[in-house]
Amino acid sequence: MNVASSLFAQILFVVFALLTVVSAAVVVFSPRIIHSAFGLLFTFCGVAALYVFLYADFLAVTQLLIYVGGILILIIFGLLLTQRVMDSKYFEQSHQRIAAGVLGVVLAGVLFGVVLATPWTQAPRPDTPTTEIIGVSLLTQYLIPFEMASMLLLVALIGAVWLARTKRGHHE
Amino acid sequence: MTIQLSHYLLLSAVLFSIGVAGVLTRKNLIVIFMALELMMNAVNLSFVALARYMGDSAGQVIVFFVICVAAAEVAVGLAILIALWRHKGSMHTDALAVMKW
Repeated sequence: MNVASSLFAQILFVVFALLTVVSAAVVVFSPRIIHSAFGLLFTFCGVAALYVFLYADFLAVTQLLIYVGGILILIIFGLLLTQRVMDSKYFEQSHQRIAAGVLGVVLAGVLFGVVLATPWTQAPRPDTPTTEIIGVSLLTQYLIPFEMASMLLLVALIGAVWLARTKRGHHE
Repeated sequence: MTIQLSHYLLLSAVLFSIGVAGVLTRKNLIVIFMALELMMNAVNLSFVALARYMGDSAGQVIVFFVICVAAAEVAVGLAILIALWRHKGSMHTDALAVMKW
């Protein structure tokens, strides 16, 4: 029996989808920045769970390692270095709520229309792990983009250190 | 009713719209940053869903590259934010009005 068609899997899918959307809403609409950061944690974990549903095992682990373990930690560090997160009276107001809300709803409506109107030809992949496929294609078909990505990461590393350091002679 | 491709794509559309609303409404640069990450995750999710239901693993490789670029973007972006904080003492988009005519 296909795993994705069992009732238990469907309930789990709904739970993870709700977790993702609700915590994404918390990220965007919460007035406390630290709540936004923790909402982002649950969104990333929910998306990783959805990757598991899609048999993208390698990407699910990568999502947890890089987004939760790297990007989110960096964001929280930046937040703690700069914001008054511990100040309980400190709130961030949102602006232009109506215009942005209308635009967001219109955008969602257009995307919904496109998704529902397109006749998707479905030819599901066999339920196999994809780590080997990704590894082989990274080192054959996508070798040059792969090397470019490593160069990009090196450049970003050096650039970030250069940007964030204190300039000599400017110590307080 | 089984879980189909369109469910993942609709979920991704909702996530993307929430991210857009966040970028438009918030004035704190770190929260705008988080909303950008939301949008990137939404696009990644639709890539992976299409890779699964169209029987082609190229989508997963692309998501791998997107995650790479996201990591680089976050490192440089946060460095810029910290430099801005040191310079202006503020992290609001209003503090970045130097080039406004």
